[in-house]
Amino acid sequence: MAEFLEFRGVSKRFGAVRAVDNVSLEIRKGEFFSLLGPSGCGKTTMLRLVGGFEEPDAGRVFLDGSDITGLPPDKRKVNTIFQSYALFPHMTVRDNIGFGLAIAKRPKKEIRDEVDRMLELIRMADQAAKKPDQLSGGQKQRVAVARALVNRPDVLLLDEPLAALDLKLRQKMLIELDLIHDEVGITFLYVTHDQAEAMSLSDRIAVMDGGRIEQVGAPAEIYESPRTGFVAAFIGDTNFLEGRVLDCPDREYCRLEIAGLAPVLGFNDRSLHAGQPITLSVRPEKVHISHDEPETKPQRNAFRAVVEDVIYLGANTKYWVRTGGHRVQVLRQHDRYFLDEKPLRWKDACWIFWHADDGFMLDQFRKADEGLLAVPPQRVGD
Amino acid sequence: MGSDPVLKKRRAEWLVSLPTLVWLTLFVVVPTLLVFAIAFRPANPYGGIGAGWTLETVRSLWTPSNLAIAGRTLWISLLTTAISLVLAVPTGYTIARASARWRNRLLMLVIVPFWTSFLVRVFAWKSLLHPEGLIKKALETLGLVGPEATLLYHPAAVVLVMVYTFLPFTILPIYAAAEKFDLRLVEAARDLGARPFQAFRKVFLPGIRRGVMTAVLVVFIPSLGSYIIPDLVGGPAGEMLGNKIAQRVFTDRNLPHAAALSAVLVLAVLAPLVAVLVLQRKSKRADIVMGEAP
Repeated sequence: MAEFLEFRGVSKRFGAVRAVDNVSLEIRKGEFFSLLGPSGCGKTTMLRLVGGFEEPDAGRVFLDGSDITGLPPDKRKVNTIFQSYALFPHMTVRDNIGFGLAIAKRPKKEIRDEVDRMLELIRMADQAAKKPDQLSGGQKQRVAVARALVNRPDVLLLDEPLAALDLKLRQKMLIELDLIHDEVGITFLYVTHDQAEAMSLSDRIAVMDGGRIEQVGAPAEIYESPRTGFVAAFIGDTNFLEGRVLDCPDREYCRLEIAGLAPVLGFNDRSLHAGQPITLSVRPEKVHISHDEPETKPQRNAFRAVVEDVIYLGANTKYWVRTGGHRVQVLRQHDRYFLDEKPLRWKDACWIFWHADDGFMLDQFRKADEGLLAVPPQRVGD
Repeated sequence: MGSDPVLKKRRAEWLVSLPTLVWLTLFVVVPTLLVFAIAFRPANPYGGIGAGWTLETVRSLWTPSNLAIAGRTLWISLLTTAISLVLAVPTGYTIARASARWRNRLLMLVIVPFWTSFLVRVFAWKSLLHPEGLIKKALETLGLVGPEATLLYHPAAVVLVMVYTFLPFTILPIYAAAEKFDLRLVEAARDLGARPFQAFRKVFLPGIRRGVMTAVLVVFIPSLGSYIIPDLVGGPAGEMLGNKIAQRVFTDRNLPHAAALSAVLVLAVLAPLVAVLVLQRKSKRADIVMGEAP
């Protein structure tokens, strides 16, 4: 599939801040594409560059093969759903939705029919005469969606559209947005800081930090094989283990030297060589924990550990354990099998183990990435 | 009954507003009614008020010269209001969009003229527009006007000085409304295909309508009653109702006639005031229904 919306070497500064730093990105037609990152990462600026509210300092933006850099917002076939919805307070729901068509001087009857169709889509036909102030947050959001979609934009830009809603409503609107995307089939460019939103809606995600794109990929790809420490820590939770490559006895696996631990087996998904410094990332739910030594298997890493913290989370329990001077978090689902077992308590000696394929080596790791974890590991000497 | 909190609150409101009410009744309502009453009394030869009642004065108002002056008063006031608004809306918008530092500086510039007496400023205009004045000489040098042209004593001079005088009063309420206006709405309109002027007209102007209404009130009403400005820079060709009233009082010493003219002016002022108040209350009520605090 050819790219539909394309950023080519785009940069944008605000004073000394590089909001977008030499970004190249291609978005396909009909795709639900998310820009995900913490606040200040440049994702909203990217959206505003497409909307025409900002102009890049360098680089070009292309839409459907033509250069739209420098075009004013009203000349771009894109529409935005603003975080605050920005509904016109002095107009009814009907006039809000019909605004774009009225500006385009379409015939009155056509406007009425199109608005009716949209009201049907957002299931608000009975609210057409209300003013925005009389609507609930979810209804405002739906009107904002309809007001943008009625113009049949090439790309729909969504700027954290769910951020103002409470959790339950957010989950409901999430499903609704997904359905609307399936129904209208146009390209969605979605900006969010909420990884759960991005994961559940997107065909592909670009994770951004500091004005740069850290990684682009399908949600599973981003989660299962993050390329950088930032992505690993920002999406979900993880354990970082720093060390270097000891040797690679076969093509697929390498033995890694990590201080305080017996050699760790790691999957060699890129050409590693002996002596190379690496950071291994292992997700807490991929690590298993047990009282007794697990049976030895070819690709299994198993270490003795001591339980330092037990945090009951309802659906699962988080254990902080210490092994070889490293604090490692382990997430365990509850099920009947484990309930029969003697429970693990504070200061219990235990074993942790994971399959070599479940650890992934990062291309890039900065110490600061650890700060993104829900609970950063305390590095107290013992 | 005394324990009903709503009634208690209403009574408290009454008590609080009572002094103002007494003050306004004594010094505004009663004098206005007195002026209305004098219009129906005959004049006496000594410049006072005669005995009995008459409709003669009110009837005698309907003269071509009075109508011409009333008409001029109206169009000068309307033009002043219109020009002030045209200048104030972009100014208010610009100030509201400026950074906090610049905003204060610009507001300061709007307020600075108030540090000088109004009368002095009108005199300053008189000397600027004078045949030997700065503006006249500058225009002459540029070849825009001939040496015999007069800038002073012309209705246009009245409009110019009135706009100058009332502009700050127009800018301030419009700035206040523009400052509260959510500029993302303009972005939304642009996003939906509106050109800059369309976004301004369809979204920004309705958004600051209350500020505009206030501005209309504070310019149009005082304009109707202008006296000093047309007296100093208007001359006979720029005469307004205010000058006519003064003339009746001080030159002709005909108080009933002055009172009748004043009554007409008061009624002319009350009409737009009531209209705007009704409109504002209507929009406020609509806002309350919509759930916004008044």
